[in-house]
Amino acid sequence: MNWSSAAAFFDMGGYGLYVWGAYAVTLLVMLVEPWWVRRRQRQALRDVATPPLQE
Amino acid sequence: MSLRWFTFSAPSRFVRLCARLNPWLWALAVVLALVALYIGFFVAPTDATQGDAYRIIFIHVPAAWMSMVVYLAMAFWAAVGWSMNTRMASMLAQGLAPTGALMAFIALWTGAFWGRPAWGAWWVWDARLTSELILLFLYLGYMALKSSIDDEVRGDKASALLAIIGAINVPIIYFSVRWWNTLHQGATISLTAAPKMAHTMLLAMLLMTFAFWAYAFAMAFARASAIALERERHTLWARQWAAGEAITAEGEQ
Repeated sequence: MNWSSAAAFFDMGGYGLYVWGAYAVTLLVMLVEPWWVRRRQRQALRDVATPPLQE
Repeated sequence: MSLRWFTFSAPSRFVRLCARLNPWLWALAVVLALVALYIGFFVAPTDATQGDAYRIIFIHVPAAWMSMVVYLAMAFWAAVGWSMNTRMASMLAQGLAPTGALMAFIALWTGAFWGRPAWGAWWVWDARLTSELILLFLYLGYMALKSSIDDEVRGDKASALLAIIGAINVPIIYFSVRWWNTLHQGATISLTAAPKMAHTMLLAMLLMTFAFWAYAFAMAFARASAIALERERHTLWARQWAAGEAITAEGEQ
């Protein structure tokens, strides 16, 4: 085990800002993209049933 | 023996295959990522020279690798779509692009958050960093070009040309740390030499690479399926598929 306490874990040996800044944005991107693709899939399915008006 | 190379070039079969594969790819991505994070943060030791800042490597390197692999896959499928007139190949190339762009973005972002403590700078115009930034712009250029041309087939061809020419940048990124004197460190692992890192660190990094790989596949497949439905909304298979999905959705409620 590398960490003596939760505080030590979040501190990351003084590099907390950098480590968590990198991980947080990566996680955010990887949550937003699936949500975005899911929405596109649902929209595509809806458009098959009722095509958009401009066509 | 006749190999059925073109079985999944029919959008209807491709979409069905993706729907079947994606839950497994998702499960694989999540499980591998959790194991990689556990090993990366709780088993792998603190680095002697870089302290705990080095732990960014567990996402930085997988994202950088995937940004290059996804680009080559995108260029390959764009070329297949162009030369063999298989529209699903072009749609798959189109489905890969945003995921590749996000991988390039993650590589650059995590690199900045690592460069600041390691080099004292968020960004330097180093050969490795600059060529990776160009990769991000190539993805964005590909997407912009594809979406700017209304005719789908013409758009496929024009963007395929851009993707193929841009592929020259991938070996430049990979060998940049050898060809030029870069601030960026050399390759941590290569096929010809023993890894320059502890086994647990390497394991966490490789597991995360497989997690990112599964994630990228799931995303590209899902997006390509959506694109296939958008482009072929008037076809019989698309209507049947949408009807089948509606029945499944009702069954879940």
